[in-house]
Amino acid sequence: MVAGSVIAALSLSACSGSSNNEGGGGGGEGGSDEVEVFTWWAAGSEKAGLDALVGVFDEQHPETEFVNGAVAGGAGSAAKDLLQSRLQASDPPDTFQAHAGAELQDYINAGQIEDLSSLYDEFDLREAFPADLVDRLTQDGKIYSIPSNIHRANMLWSNSAVLQDNGIDPNRTYNSLDEWFEDLDALQDAGVTPLSVATAWTQVHLLETILLSDLGAEGYNGLWDGTTDWESSEVTAALEDFERAMSYTNSDRDGLDWPEATQMVIDGNAAFNVMGDWAIAAFEEQGKEYGTDFAAVPVPGTDGVFDFLADSFTLPVGAPHPEGAHAWLETISSLEGQTAFNAAKGSIPARTDADPADFSEYQQSAMESFGQDTIVSSLAHGAAAPVATLNAITDATSKFTTGASDLDAFQSELAAATAAN
Amino acid sequence: MTKALKRAGAPLLLLAPSLILVGIFVYGLIAVNFGTSATDIHTAAQTTGREPSGTVWFDNYLDLLGSEAFQHSLKNLLLYTVLFLAGTLLIGFVWAWLLESPIKGEGIFRAVYLFPMAVSFVASGVVWRWLLNSGQDESATGLNRLFQMVGLDFMQNNWWNNVDYGITAIAIPAIWQLSGYVMALFLAGFRGIPYELREAARVDGATTWQLYRHVLFPQLSPIALSALIIIGHMSLKSFDLIMSISKPANYQTKVPAVDMYIFKSSFDYANAAAVGSILLVIVALVVVPYLIRTNRKEK
Repeated sequence: MVAGSVIAALSLSACSGSSNNEGGGGGGEGGSDEVEVFTWWAAGSEKAGLDALVGVFDEQHPETEFVNGAVAGGAGSAAKDLLQSRLQASDPPDTFQAHAGAELQDYINAGQIEDLSSLYDEFDLREAFPADLVDRLTQDGKIYSIPSNIHRANMLWSNSAVLQDNGIDPNRTYNSLDEWFEDLDALQDAGVTPLSVATAWTQVHLLETILLSDLGAEGYNGLWDGTTDWESSEVTAALEDFERAMSYTNSDRDGLDWPEATQMVIDGNAAFNVMGDWAIAAFEEQGKEYGTDFAAVPVPGTDGVFDFLADSFTLPVGAPHPEGAHAWLETISSLEGQTAFNAAKGSIPARTDADPADFSEYQQSAMESFGQDTIVSSLAHGAAAPVATLNAITDATSKFTTGASDLDAFQSELAAATAAN
Repeated sequence: MTKALKRAGAPLLLLAPSLILVGIFVYGLIAVNFGTSATDIHTAAQTTGREPSGTVWFDNYLDLLGSEAFQHSLKNLLLYTVLFLAGTLLIGFVWAWLLESPIKGEGIFRAVYLFPMAVSFVASGVVWRWLLNSGQDESATGLNRLFQMVGLDFMQNNWWNNVDYGITAIAIPAIWQLSGYVMALFLAGFRGIPYELREAARVDGATTWQLYRHVLFPQLSPIALSALIIIGHMSLKSFDLIMSISKPANYQTKVPAVDMYIFKSSFDYANAAAVGSILLVIVALVVVPYLIRTNRKEK
């Protein structure tokens, strides 16, 4: 009861506060007095990162009030749904979080976000970000978002003790999937779950890294720009490898989400897991030490390739406080902002001029790879393909891994999914 | 004429606000939904008018009904509904029958049976997701683990992860949740039968079975029909329970409501609207005959 009335009072005051400010913004002050930042960073290391970022923002732009528009739940799906409704209703936030890359395509086509190329010049971001990254963000000569952080998707996590017990060098790196499969066979014979995986999107994540491994960076990129044929025999071979990899996985996968699959490796119930580098937070939170208790290497056959995804911020068309958004975009792209945010979130800065000494050992190695590796876009995390394509690929993958379709059907469904867009 | 208007005027005025609101927000939006489903709005750009969209009439319906994936969803919905209906009606009826003759502690049993209904589908879904874990043998948890502990290892199965019948596993929590409600309906039905009827039957020399068979059960048929309609339309609308046990992207547990959600979140408004319309038509097929029947009776 007490709690209820407190919440009611808080939300009332929040409403009145924002409406006052909106009135002020609309009254010709240029809308720099506040900025509503829409994210799904509502808990855990993401929340810590956002808080750190707000700290820097308050220092750099004391005149602008930060309004937290975070929506919790469903790894961002709840936020994306709400965002979709708000954009349709012409009630956009001042800036919103989205995965950089093709995921933005729908907003761009719908004319819902602004071209930010001029900000890249204004903030000197073309020099600060790697050229590969700027290329990947550019669509038809325009850039629509500014990344706040970079994650790497093609990482193979392993439990060192489990590997050692089965006579496998825990720090071994693999040159090809076939080498890795030999070890997986050995683990399976020993009665250990060789590879843990979770629900459909993590299976797509695994599929993407295997495609990358078998086709190479160029072939993988070709899948998204049409130069690699989805019906080709190389893709068939990669899908066969995917089928084989899935045969090593836990049977209860569809009921799990990525933290539970990662937990299997942490607890020693599985030897390997393929996940992005945000998984390191799960290991470290439980007192595991990088290099001794667990190892993280590129997915076999993808050494030298950085399968990237990035959170980035946009400027919606008709944002009520464009100057507030301008201030926010300046902070998230600044060296201080990127350093504070990524040190707390566990990801790495998109800027190449960040000082590695500010980051953890794992982050330092990731930063090094990001500086020198070939960068490709992640499918499962919205960088490589639009939402509708990703949904169709996810459907086809789920159908295949539950046994409702065979490899041929799977391949033609994948081809159809990408041909539609 | 003026007299008639005078007589109807006040009630009409009273009803007008709700009539208008229902007209706009229920029937008006249903019409908009049908309208959207007849267009080719499959991308975000078309919803904002940046790219042209046109009317395609029934193409979306034909495409959907012809696609293997949507047929799979419809088959899942049918399986789910049949099991959900059969399970709740049977269990609810048996519980009501057992409680029908006054026994000590009836209130406690009633509360115990009815209690699951107080839990939301989402909350129970979280628990059942764990209970219905498909891990077996060494990795077993939930019900599979329970089967191991009591030596019924052969009963272990992969529950909702079976691609053909997986959806029926999700009917189990649904049955668990609503059997008590059906019991309450039937119990009210039993209690509503005048005691004199039973006495008269006894005087005429009816055995207990004959009493039930010829006197009590026939009077429960309106209750059974109500239960069928209520559970049936709940089943067709099932979304929250399935979403909280499985994931929207899991092929094995897809139903039309989940498809609608996925279409909507990939900006494919036309197909989302078409799935919505199909669901509405299916529910109407179940509910409208019932409404006509009760309407006739009241006259």
